[in-house]
Amino acid sequence: MMAQITTDSRGLRLTLRYAVLLIIAAIFSFPLIFMIMSSLKPSEQLLSDAHSIRALLPVGDISFDNYTAAFQRAPVGLFVFNSILVTSVTVVLSLAICSAAAFAFVFIEWKGRNLILSVILATLIVPFETIAIPLLLEASKLPWIGMDGVTWGWLNSYRVQIVPFIADGLTIYLFVQYFKDLPGELIEAARVEGASWFAIYRRIALPLAGPIMATAAILKFLAMYNQYLWPIMVTQEEGYRPVMVGLQYFFQLNRAWGEIMAYLSLITVPVLAFYLYLQKAFIASIASTGVKG
Amino acid sequence: MASKFVLSNKTGWLMAGPAAFLIGCFIVLPFILAIGFSFTNQRLVSPNAADFTGLANYRQLLGISTLTLDPVKDDAGAVKMTAEGTPEYPSLRTYTRNNPDYPGLNGMREWFSFGSGGDARTYVLARDVVFLTAILNTFIFVIVVAPVQGALALGLALLINQKLRGINVFRAIYFMPVVVSIVVVSLLWRFFYDQQSGVLNNILGAVSFGAIPRVDWLGNPNTALGAIIFMSIWQAVGFHMVIWLSGLQTISPTLYEAAAIEGSSKWQTFRYITWPGLRNTAVLVMVVITMQAFGLFAQIDVMTKGGPLDATQTIVFQAVQRGYGKQDISGGSTISVILFVIVLSVSLLQRWLTREKK
Repeated sequence: MMAQITTDSRGLRLTLRYAVLLIIAAIFSFPLIFMIMSSLKPSEQLLSDAHSIRALLPVGDISFDNYTAAFQRAPVGLFVFNSILVTSVTVVLSLAICSAAAFAFVFIEWKGRNLILSVILATLIVPFETIAIPLLLEASKLPWIGMDGVTWGWLNSYRVQIVPFIADGLTIYLFVQYFKDLPGELIEAARVEGASWFAIYRRIALPLAGPIMATAAILKFLAMYNQYLWPIMVTQEEGYRPVMVGLQYFFQLNRAWGEIMAYLSLITVPVLAFYLYLQKAFIASIASTGVKG
Repeated sequence: MASKFVLSNKTGWLMAGPAAFLIGCFIVLPFILAIGFSFTNQRLVSPNAADFTGLANYRQLLGISTLTLDPVKDDAGAVKMTAEGTPEYPSLRTYTRNNPDYPGLNGMREWFSFGSGGDARTYVLARDVVFLTAILNTFIFVIVVAPVQGALALGLALLINQKLRGINVFRAIYFMPVVVSIVVVSLLWRFFYDQQSGVLNNILGAVSFGAIPRVDWLGNPNTALGAIIFMSIWQAVGFHMVIWLSGLQTISPTLYEAAAIEGSSKWQTFRYITWPGLRNTAVLVMVVITMQAFGLFAQIDVMTKGGPLDATQTIVFQAVQRGYGKQDISGGSTISVILFVIVLSVSLLQRWLTREKK
């Protein structure tokens, strides 16, 4: 009798648990499913479907017309190219420069090490929003040596979107924490055998830093690809705009929701697919920002 | 031995130098510039050099004053009434426009007013009503978002921390909005909030059989900020769920086993084992949410541009409108400094309130 009740109530409780989990899953996924499904429908059907469950289903007049129209309305290919270029160059340079710095902070004795490290860690409490405006003025006056000799002002360029974001406190902090946990004897042994610091960094530290590289790369990728405040201020010229600024072409004049949904899906679905594929690594990277706090 | 030290010195600077230089140029320098510009009238493009103006920018943004007025009386000494049947007060303009008796009030505008004993009315005047509204809105946003998002994230983390088949799928779905840009989310939700075609109104109408009227969620000053708060929580709650989750996983399972043997209830287990074990995580989650929430900008820029009637003005939106829109670098920098002081004080306060009590 006793056992009977427990099994029954256990089954019921299990069903209840899954029901709760499913309802919450619907709240988080339906808006995104709606976005993707709507991108395949003509605007009139999109609006009428919004009254029923059809909004979440690929039914009716399904086509890629909205995508074609979006490419006609704005130079979408250019925006995508700009975003990929800026994001990937920043991620690669950031990993190289921040990991090298962290290596120097953890393993090498040098004058000024503690001071520089404390200043870098102190920048963690400065939100980007509080330095964006003076940085805008600074960027408008910086020199650059390029093909046409020395030029002044970085506005409307790729470098203004890349260089300020290569080094940051969080990335360095993550590498420092990781290197601290590496076995120090390994580094000592290599030193005794006469290996240069740079060789140790390249041959020993970097090959062991795979997991933290993935974490830092994912965090940087998300921050850069999704950036908005900075690019809207520094890319008045269409040629350098990334995808998020490109959104402005779709909500200014006549609002064609079908095209908007197509553009939103176009710039979001690749990231979502990338996330779902590397789900564990994405979640671990966010978790690692919180572990040691 | 000495030569080795010198060599390390050089290598150390060589390897850390690039990062130190970049952080110096693009974080430390602009931070110092912000403080410097806030005492000048620096503009983005200007033929003239900037002048030192002292605290003028701060006075312009934060200037606040009160004025208590008695109602207008007619010759017989009776209070004059307006057409609506309320006492009539002297026009504020006579005090704030070049009144030699009130030089401090010159150029101020009414922020709000309240009755202050008898028929007298106290007016709170401000030099920059929009900016003070922006500060107020940002604080409302932070005060609602920080506890609600933190608590919901903890709830989700506890839910996801169960040992159930397929739980990883749910974790992946709950986290999904975090990887989507807030700009994309904002534009998508503009459609959900729309009065005519918005999905939210469709759902509310269907559930209530048409009893709930269609609301222009983003066009109504009473609902706009709330709509943005709701959407922001939806987008970011997964982020903090993951941080709570990593905190939950640091709690030793033996503690739970001991509690089970002692026969403690679910609530007791949470109260005496889980919650104390999450102390550090809780502080971190609060500090991070607060810092992120004070930076509220993209949602505003995409959804409302600060309107309707300044109901969604925020500190960062104001900084960008001035610093970039009006090319007023000094005004934007002053707002940035004010924001930094606010963020720093709030996080110091949070750390003090949650300090280890010995």
